[in-house]
Amino acid sequence: MQVTLDVRRFNPEDANPKPYRKTYTVEAEDYFTVLDALIQVREYQDPTLALRCSCRASICGSCAMRINGHAKLACKTKLTSVMDAQGNVRVEPAGNMPVVKDLIVDMKPFWDKVRAVDPWLQPEGPEPEGEYLAPNEAMLHLTGVMSCIMCGICVSDCTVLEVDSNFLGPAALAKAYRFVGDPRDGANVARLKKLNEYGGMWDCTRCYECVQVCPKGVAPMDRIMALRDKAITAGFTGTTGARHAEVFAASIKHTGWLNEFWLLPKTLGMFNPLSLPALLGALPIALRAVRHNKLPHMFHKPISGIQHVRRIFDKVEAPK
Amino acid sequence: MSVYQHDVIVVGAGLAGMRATIAAQSRGANVAMISKVHPVRSHSNAAQGGINAALTSRGDSWEDHALATVKGSDYLADQDAVEVMCQEAGAALIELEHMGVIFSRDEDGRLGTRRFGGQEQARTFFVADITGAAMLHVLYEQIMHSKVRVYEEWFVTSLVMEDGECRGVVAIELMTGQLHLIKAKAVILATGGSGRVYEPTTNGMVVTADGHALAYRAGAAIMDMEMVQYHPTTLKGNGVLITEAARGEGAYLLNSDGDRFMQKYAPHMMELASRDVVSRSEQTEINEGRGVDGCVFLDLRHLGRELIETKLSYIQEVAGDFANVDLSKQPIPIRPGNHYIMGGIKTDVHGATSIPGLYAAGECACVSVHGANRLGANSLLDTIIFGRRAGEAAAARATEVGDKPVPESVLSVDKEAIRSFLSRKPNKDMAAKIRLEMGETMNEHVAVFRNEAGMQTALQTIRQLRERYAELAVQDKGQVFNTNLLFTLELGFMLDTAEIICASALARKESRGAHFRTDIPQRDDANWLKHTLAYFTQAGPRIDYAPVTITRWQPQVRSY
Repeated sequence: MQVTLDVRRFNPEDANPKPYRKTYTVEAEDYFTVLDALIQVREYQDPTLALRCSCRASICGSCAMRINGHAKLACKTKLTSVMDAQGNVRVEPAGNMPVVKDLIVDMKPFWDKVRAVDPWLQPEGPEPEGEYLAPNEAMLHLTGVMSCIMCGICVSDCTVLEVDSNFLGPAALAKAYRFVGDPRDGANVARLKKLNEYGGMWDCTRCYECVQVCPKGVAPMDRIMALRDKAITAGFTGTTGARHAEVFAASIKHTGWLNEFWLLPKTLGMFNPLSLPALLGALPIALRAVRHNKLPHMFHKPISGIQHVRRIFDKVEAPK
Repeated sequence: MSVYQHDVIVVGAGLAGMRATIAAQSRGANVAMISKVHPVRSHSNAAQGGINAALTSRGDSWEDHALATVKGSDYLADQDAVEVMCQEAGAALIELEHMGVIFSRDEDGRLGTRRFGGQEQARTFFVADITGAAMLHVLYEQIMHSKVRVYEEWFVTSLVMEDGECRGVVAIELMTGQLHLIKAKAVILATGGSGRVYEPTTNGMVVTADGHALAYRAGAAIMDMEMVQYHPTTLKGNGVLITEAARGEGAYLLNSDGDRFMQKYAPHMMELASRDVVSRSEQTEINEGRGVDGCVFLDLRHLGRELIETKLSYIQEVAGDFANVDLSKQPIPIRPGNHYIMGGIKTDVHGATSIPGLYAAGECACVSVHGANRLGANSLLDTIIFGRRAGEAAAARATEVGDKPVPESVLSVDKEAIRSFLSRKPNKDMAAKIRLEMGETMNEHVAVFRNEAGMQTALQTIRQLRERYAELAVQDKGQVFNTNLLFTLELGFMLDTAEIICASALARKESRGAHFRTDIPQRDDANWLKHTLAYFTQAGPRIDYAPVTITRWQPQVRSY
């Protein structure tokens, strides 16, 4: 079959370096992956095309790139699964990281964030003579996170990183969970304390993009949610993030509605002088909402059947 | 150009390289690591099944492990080295666990084991079927913790040799295209294998025999390079690996009649005979018409979905992606494929090569613990044990030797070679074409079964390809990430290595382990119980020999 790759290229050594598109037509077998096709191009058509790749079997994490707008491993993506009826496939470098050349991005920001979570085991107490004893279920659970190959796909498509480069991001937070969830690690509380800070676990907006694009089933967002649970369980209930979750839940339990009017003031703390600047900062938005007649209601009547909602809460909140 | 200086420089950042780096640093050396890819992209990732260790605390015996290794090697391994590896395995395993590797556990929460080929005892410790990746990422965690300098995406083009000793490396920084000199009192090569000399291979595209060729060109002895392992279970087409752990967990090998054909070849160990034996058996079945489409079958159906999804999930993913097979429902077609090289840069048990100041560890080295055939799950152990030992020895040397001068003119040879590739007018030839011809030739003639005529053909073909290589032009003229130039330099390393493999294979007039000659099918201990050495000369490799160290296990007839 014939496939046309529409590749976004960039050469920093051009006189006036600008990204440009170049198309390549490849005669492909139907079992070919996008990587197979790119290698055909690089080896036999245009040796100047730059990309990283090695293992061809989705374990080395080198070939992350955007294919038809979403980040994927080129070696794990069959052409037949992404090409349109005319055989076109769009290939671009991964997002949220600076492009070095063609499909090669600079992963320094990625690794800086991984480094920021102190990503090494910190056991407490004296080392045992043999192995640490640990339940196999705990180890199997961690194997799911340890399957992360650090390819950067979740970071490429993270919608928070797109607007806030300060966010630690899905890969680093999943890596952090790998230690917080490890029965051998002794630094849990210190780790959770640090991850509570600005840019940490509470800055995820739960858009699910990272879960969807991860090629290894690591489900970074689920790990971030697990970190939040662990943080609250460990007693970090005073953070903005924890209070937001609490206020959110209380509102639903009370009326079945999310009361957006009180969500922000209650999260920040209405009688907390420190939250005053943030509250004032939100005023222009509130005024604009008033002007467009979109100010949320201050009070809600409970929905019909609220007792069922409350029963769900009671069941979930009951001590196990 | 810049000049950098360290006590110890480690070339390669896979398991052996990182273990060496950690060891050298713990001995107080100023150590740096240099790698053409980011450390976690290294090919150690692809090791799936596990790591062998006899835990004496559980009643296992390191002598048993050593004997299995020696027998597996078809008695070509040096037994003093095997003893070192098997004796130190238990402690090394526990150390890895303490670093953070999340090994699978048994019901009591202790480390769990599975069986692997060529061994009666279950002594293979594992992380599902991603053991190599799990270990690689944990060692990189330790590297991040150590704050060691890593020259990431730098490619070493030659070793700096002065007064017969190694004093550093010349390397190209891929991001800028600049050539640099890194001076060191000791250099450790940990560059991995040579898989891409063959096509197809289980190995990743970065596995291009860099260390073998660097050491060879510098004059080091390269040992037993005819010993190339074909793994019994690789996918047709792209050659991707299906772990031996599948058979360790109980999978069957079937021919086109649905028979477990290993009954004929290895009635006692069956599918878990050593790799050379299983690969030869499969190839015989295929050659005699009991294969399908050049393959036999690996059948996991009776293991059940649950076991496959917990212990073999990665190969389930690979089988689905590349063969469209659900392992719990269908047998998967597999065949022997190039996987590993037992031979390499000759070292002693401290990683020291025949050149002062130059050390080697991991797949690029030949201690030799694998002899003529490596047991599954001994390669990870090899990287950890001898990586550490090389790191310690290199650090010790750094305390003994003073700073010695290196003229900056050492850069000029590589600079000129690169300039000529870049300035030459392109002809119709391409690096990829030469590599493919090399790989297919090697896979046809220097494979599971060999003979004099075939190996001669291969050697002649490689020499013709070298002539074409000398005329090759690099089409990308840029400085930044010129992968076209990188592949061309790698191809030069691979052609050297292919020539060494052919010359060494032609020299050995017997069959032993992975080196099986249909024209001389017998092992000949009287004349050939010795290592093959290859040395660089302008006219091609000069072959010599070295004795095999036998400590306590006399060669026996080998049957499984």
